[in-house]
Amino acid sequence: MKTFFVFVSKEFKHIFRDKRTLIILFGMPVVLVILFGFAITTEINNAHIAVLDLSKDSYSRKLQDKIAASGYFYIEDELQSFKEIEKSFSTGKIKLAVVIGNNFGKKLITGQNAEVQIVADASDPNTANIISNYLMAIIQNFTAESGVLSPINLNIETRMLYNPENKSVFMFVPGVMTIILMLVSAMMTSITIAREKELGTMEILLVSPLRPFVITLGKVVPYLALSIINAMTILLLGLFVFHMPMHGSYPLLFTEVSLFVLSSLILGLLISTLADTQQTAMLGSMMGLMLPTILLSGFIFPVSSMPMILQYISNLLPAKWFIIIIKSIMLKGAGLESIAFETAMIVLITFILGILTVKKFKIRLE
Amino acid sequence: MRRILYIVQKEFKQILRNKTMKPLLIAMPIIQLAILSYTADFTVRNINIFVQDQDHSVLSQKLINKISASDNFILNGVSASYDEGFDKIQKNKIDVILSIPEHFNRDFNSGRHTSLFIAADAINSNKAGISINYLQNIIKDFSSEQAAKKGMIEIRSGIEVVKRNWYNPALNYKFFMVPGIMVLLVTMIALFLSGMNIVREKEIGTIEQLNVTPIKKYQFIIGKLLPFLIIGIFEFTIGLAVALWWFKVPMLGSITLLYLFTFVYLILILGIGMFISTITETQQQALFIAWFFSVIFILMSGLFTPIESMPVWAQKLTLFNPIRYYVEVIRLVMLKGSSFISIKLNFAIITFAALLVNMLAILNYRKTA
Repeated sequence: MKTFFVFVSKEFKHIFRDKRTLIILFGMPVVLVILFGFAITTEINNAHIAVLDLSKDSYSRKLQDKIAASGYFYIEDELQSFKEIEKSFSTGKIKLAVVIGNNFGKKLITGQNAEVQIVADASDPNTANIISNYLMAIIQNFTAESGVLSPINLNIETRMLYNPENKSVFMFVPGVMTIILMLVSAMMTSITIAREKELGTMEILLVSPLRPFVITLGKVVPYLALSIINAMTILLLGLFVFHMPMHGSYPLLFTEVSLFVLSSLILGLLISTLADTQQTAMLGSMMGLMLPTILLSGFIFPVSSMPMILQYISNLLPAKWFIIIIKSIMLKGAGLESIAFETAMIVLITFILGILTVKKFKIRLE
Repeated sequence: MRRILYIVQKEFKQILRNKTMKPLLIAMPIIQLAILSYTADFTVRNINIFVQDQDHSVLSQKLINKISASDNFILNGVSASYDEGFDKIQKNKIDVILSIPEHFNRDFNSGRHTSLFIAADAINSNKAGISINYLQNIIKDFSSEQAAKKGMIEIRSGIEVVKRNWYNPALNYKFFMVPGIMVLLVTMIALFLSGMNIVREKEIGTIEQLNVTPIKKYQFIIGKLLPFLIIGIFEFTIGLAVALWWFKVPMLGSITLLYLFTFVYLILILGIGMFISTITETQQQALFIAWFFSVIFILMSGLFTPIESMPVWAQKLTLFNPIRYYVEVIRLVMLKGSSFISIKLNFAIITFAALLVNMLAILNYRKTA
């Protein structure tokens, strides 16, 4: 046991001696969470659009004013002809063009169908879809205000549960937190072991009376501590800077965070047993983990819309389960019974990773 | 010139000698591009819905049938209890609850005021918004259909709106994402390889040996840059092949233009990597810095979330983000066939930045360690 503490204190010395890494380690997650919490949103406002008004009467003006006043759109350009639409699109300045047809006001008053054409830049299908829907809604309102009535007296009420203002921050803070924890933990462990190998000190550790298991554990413990501190910082930011609600229990949240960090650390260990140099360890943990975690975990894109096979693959990522867990605890106030399955999945994956690591751990270097 | 070639040769040997490196450089980008492009889709499908039916009438049953027949919704339970639905939301089993009130049938048919209620799990705000939108459209369709059948005449709205989706009429999300993910892979490989390179020689101590050779600073940096430039172009070519032949992404603009831009862009990214390499002492530091910037660059590039939606200060920050310019260019050229004139500003900025960063890297590299 004493040798173990000696080893852990060696690791801590290594970590604390390298001030730059320490600053990066603790400063980086804070900067990232703040930056992304504020900057990343799927809400669309201020979409730049162009208007081609073929009528130029008081009704078409009114419609334009209504569009501009909605807050979703910024009228960047008033076009004079159809040809100019293509030109504006090809410079990437606008996302959508509205064409108001001939005699707009006259047709509207006399009960004919007035025409509006929405031309969206669908090279970005998501934005195209969302903003043309916004625009349709605005035009419908405009129609309603112009006095055309419908005989159906059906009203649809909607309520956004857990997130009444439908803010995308609630979605992104847990996601960013997961990604940072996962990458920092996995990367830190994979590099520290690869580093000992590359510098030749691994040889010394292996001939010492420490058993391989103790070496591994001694590598994990300090980083577990650091990562948990990181996790707490990010949580505090979420609560106080982004006003994330916390409806669940803190001990439960803490346990889940530790579990997730542990699984990431073990993943890092596994990578390090496969890599001989820091460069490969890094490319493996970074390239291999960064994009798959961002894309497959449901952080930005909904997992339920992916092809079936990818949904199965995503089940292998602890990050996917952890994101669900954090959201359930913080936003829904879920207890352990609601997230038992997700937790069990992380435990299972961690366990499998652990077995693989022990099997792959080489006692001798070639 | 000979000296540069020697350095280039040495670098290639070192990279190709490493057994784990080759699959990382060749197989991983292809696999990631091929697989991950399928994930990057905001389309919302498979929405699990629970219906609280308090009416149990022919009309409510018809509405339920219409919803479960639509492609987007999966019916997950009907009952008279709202709590049952809420419990399912709490356990992440369903996404939306539709509540049909008592006397829905009677009130609707007699033209009296009646009101449906939708509750959505709004933690994923984007998904919630879209799901509600779909459901509202289905209900509106349903109500006009029923009204028409009953002989209640629906007055057509006074404005006819025609929607056109240019450049991608089928709204194929992959056309949008594949070029972007390609940019990421090329950038990450170039940045990490170059960022870890010089600092590795420092850490292992071989930099001393290079420093005592007669090689000039600029020759050294160029010699280090060239191999990665070649690898970067190679990665880009693989990515482009996957994009064009596997995903059938259209290529409306000029490939030469795209290669030209990639070339300048890679010089910039490699320069950033070299610069990081010269200011750090260990690979670990270099790696963390490279990682820090690449996460910021990626998430703030407009690749996944639109730049226009960011707060103004964040939009200004993206002006310093090379990935942003590259993502813009690759999408403009491939999907819209934009010519050099449309992207000349991006070109100028990247060229200028490339010169600046590489100058800094050369100045910062000290042969006397």
